Amino acid sequence: MRLREGQSWAAGMTLMGATQLAYAEVDGRYNLQTPATGIAQQMYDMHTLMLWICLIIFVLVFGVMFYSVFAHRKSRGAVAAQFHESTTVEILWTIIPVFILLGMAWPATKTILELKDTSNPDITIKATGYQWKWGYDYLKGQGEGVHFVSALSTPREQIEGKAPKGPNYLLEVDKPLVVPVGKKIRILTTANDVIHAWWVPAFGVKQDAIPGFIHDTWFRADKEGVYRGNCAELCGRDHGFMPIEVHVVSAEAYAAWVDEQKKLMAAAADDPNKVWTMEELKARGEQVYSANCAACHQANGKGLPPAFPALDGSKIANGPVGDHLNIVLNGKTGTSMASFKQLSDTEIAAVITYERNAWGNATGTVVQPADVRTVRSNKTAALPAQPVKSGHAG
Amino acid sequence: MSSISHDHAHGHGHDDHGHHPTGLMRWITTTNHKDIGTMYLIFAFTMFIVGGLLAWGIRAELMYPGMQLWDPERFNSFTTMHGLIMVFGAIMPAFVGFANWQIPLMIGASDMAFARMNNWSFWLLPVAAILLVTSFFLPGGAPAAGWTLYAPLSVQQGMSMDFTIFAIHIMGASSIMGSINIIVTILNMRAPGMTLMKMPLFVWTWLITAYLLIAVMPVLAGAVTMILTDRHFGTSFFNAAGGGDPVLYQHVFCFFGHPEVYIMILPAFGIISQIIPTFARKPLFGYASMVYATASIAILSFIVWAHHMFVVGMPAAGLLFFMYATMLIAVPTGVKVFNWVATMWRGSMTFETPMLFAVGFIFVFTMGGFTGLICAIMPIDIQIQDTYYVVAHFHYVLVAGSLFALFAGTYYWLPKWTGHMYSETLGKLHFWASIIFFNITFFPMHFLGLAGMPRRIPDYATQFADFNFIASIGAFGFGLSQLIFLIAVVKCAKGGPKATAQVWEGADGLEWTVPSPAPYHTFEEPPHVK
Ligand code: HEC
Ligand SMILES: [Cu+2]
Repeated sequence: MRLREGQSWAAGMTLMGATQLAYAEVDGRYNLQTPATGIAQQMYDMHTLMLWICLIIFVLVFGVMFYSVFAHRKSRGAVAAQFHESTTVEILWTIIPVFILLGMAWPATKTILELKDTSNPDITIKATGYQWKWGYDYLKGQGEGVHFVSALSTPREQIEGKAPKGPNYLLEVDKPLVVPVGKKIRILTTANDVIHAWWVPAFGVKQDAIPGFIHDTWFRADKEGVYRGNCAELCGRDHGFMPIEVHVVSAEAYAAWVDEQKKLMAAAADDPNKVWTMEELKARGEQVYSANCAACHQANGKGLPPAFPALDGSKIANGPVGDHLNIVLNGKTGTSMASFKQLSDTEIAAVITYERNAWGNATGTVVQPADVRTVRSNKTAALPAQPVKSGHAG
Repeated sequence: MSSISHDHAHGHGHDDHGHHPTGLMRWITTTNHKDIGTMYLIFAFTMFIVGGLLAWGIRAELMYPGMQLWDPERFNSFTTMHGLIMVFGAIMPAFVGFANWQIPLMIGASDMAFARMNNWSFWLLPVAAILLVTSFFLPGGAPAAGWTLYAPLSVQQGMSMDFTIFAIHIMGASSIMGSINIIVTILNMRAPGMTLMKMPLFVWTWLITAYLLIAVMPVLAGAVTMILTDRHFGTSFFNAAGGGDPVLYQHVFCFFGHPEVYIMILPAFGIISQIIPTFARKPLFGYASMVYATASIAILSFIVWAHHMFVVGMPAAGLLFFMYATMLIAVPTGVKVFNWVATMWRGSMTFETPMLFAVGFIFVFTMGGFTGLICAIMPIDIQIQDTYYVVAHFHYVLVAGSLFALFAGTYYWLPKWTGHMYSETLGKLHFWASIIFFNITFFPMHFLGLAGMPRRIPDYATQFADFNFIASIGAFGFGLSQLIFLIAVVKCAKGGPKATAQVWEGADGLEWTVPSPAPYHTFEEPPHVK
């Protein structure tokens, strides 16, 4: 009864009454997505097996019921029998299901033991959930040291219906995760703010990303290609807009990609001792702001009160720099304002300078990367709201 | 023991004979189980409409890809409040309404054991409902963390979250009082001769449900209280930075959550077990095994909670334990379905509206049972957890399960409550419209989930567009079909052909020995059960 690999079935039951199996090519519309890993294939087959078993029981039980509905009607002159128990039958229909369940549990157990075995990976990557994007750090194996942030790249106009929707609407990102084909990839998941879940259906991988904890999962993709998934745990306003895109490439292409990333990172690295001008900081800060803060505080700085306060005219953005640095570095517990300490000193200096001098804010404060470094190095848990000396350049 | 309670109840019955207040004060001060039952049912239906409007809001946004109507946060608050209102405002109070009306009538008691507490447990509910619904008008809008209120997202929410926590506390208190009342009534006030194993199954299922409620409502209260103190009093139960763990919340919540789903389905099983024998004109098959199956389901419900958490990162041993335990639930549930079908077998059946809903229940609920079994297989669950597959699954068991049983029960006992027969035409129309639109709404969601559409998202990839469109059409139709129910019930309350005491040819039980409509006071002299 177990279906052979590669056979693709879409099982569907008609809306009412009779059930039927529709033989259809899987195109990710009626059935689980086409598996790209051994584990996903096992899940796929197990699901097909379950459908068949359920279908057979369904037909048997409801065959009896609908026959009875048809034949044992008063209007057809049926006279009610008066039997109301039968120990034999009752024991049988308790025991037989137990054996069927054992038959189902057996393959499931094997798969569970396999999918929990994250040992001996070729490459280890940490996936960090942020409201609302994914951060990737290549921790071990080829590509070690590469890290970047991956966010939805579908343009707003498409979402708002002002432009036609592209073929990968809501399933595309600016910087996809890239991994080599045929290698065991271990994914460590964690989060920065609330719980997210890293899910790529074709890999048979879904793992919650829990702030403060690290969990792991793994996959080994058999085929090169582009695979897409979503955050699968409600994580706030833009939960529906933080997809996952994975490119599985050949070993050579992967090596080339790693080189390119290393070069890009070297080029983008800021000299931490550089003293920036206000204009440079504001320009850089605007980029950092739109990548990290605009989802909540909005590009125009007006926020979405009361959930997300305006920064334009806000007390903190116009008050002591220390408070401003504090909230950006440490976040504010109990609110969606998370810590942004993962940003570099330069990025933090830039975004703060930008916020203090954009829109209607005109404090004239300039925060340098060195200031951020000082604050970071002499704080432990929470930073006292001490003022930071401001302004090197005008 | 029972004779003492009888005397008490008997005396009480005479106290307010004939001189109870009228008008609004009658309803506010009433201690009569029938009045209170009616109020529960009206309250539940009102909340059902509110929750239904929210569902329309959800389906309207999801009808087409792209964002059209609501801000994503507003959309999240709709899904959250739809869940909370339907679970705590509609389904649970409706079953308590049935318990109030029917348990005393079915066991030959004159009223509930604690009549004043009964009044109090009802009147807490509108207060809680107001807290819940007004949270839409607070700054920041209603809570948007999902009805499960998972931390730390729930810790981030605005002040409406505090309103919701308080509302849950109040509803919990109401449920606990209601349950104590039901347990005491059933254990102490049965008519002489009605041994436990002679009780109607509806009474049995409610007895077991009431114990479940008492066991788990405090757990829920504890979970939300921890959120409250994390939010305002500096604790870190769910904050890793303070030594806490967000997953702790999920364990505590799901320890409540899984018994909760049986709280919403066991009384439904009870109602169906009353109706099928009546219209098959044949005694229930396997009464004793029905009781044992109900009890087994209740006991198993305490050791399966982490099947809601298969992807949090449990060790393999945990996954295996919770998978096996969950699969076991299929056994007693299967026994129930087989017993119902065996009851119908070689009966002499007629298909009035209650029977239609009961047969519809068995058919569609069983589909939900099968998808539940598929969800229980942990490796498959990895693919479908938090997708529309799960949404389809729990609507098959909660709408086609609990709600259809409530409709079946309403049509079944309505003649006893009002003294009039409802319109069979309207009833049948309601049934067919409901079951067809139900399947149009929820069947496509299985495909959506399998193909990878997450739940709780306001917008989706374009390949999901056609099934979402179909589901939205179904949802609008399903909602409108419920107006037929409203019309049928109101019409029946106002008038109609007079109902006899027996009402249904095959009906059996004490409630059919009193006249229709059931007089304000019944069984002041306890009947004798052979
Ligand atoms: C997930 C949503 C979110 C994101 C993203 C976010 N913030 Fe916030 N932010 C908030 C919330 C909510 C508050 C209000 C906290 C409170 O209740 O005091 C806040 C408050 C602030 C404040 C204090 C405003 C005031 O005067 O009270 C500053 C400054 C700030 N954020 C800066 C930033 C910066 C800089 C970034 C990007 C690096 C950022 N935020 C990203 C949600 C966000
Ligand atoms: Cu997320």
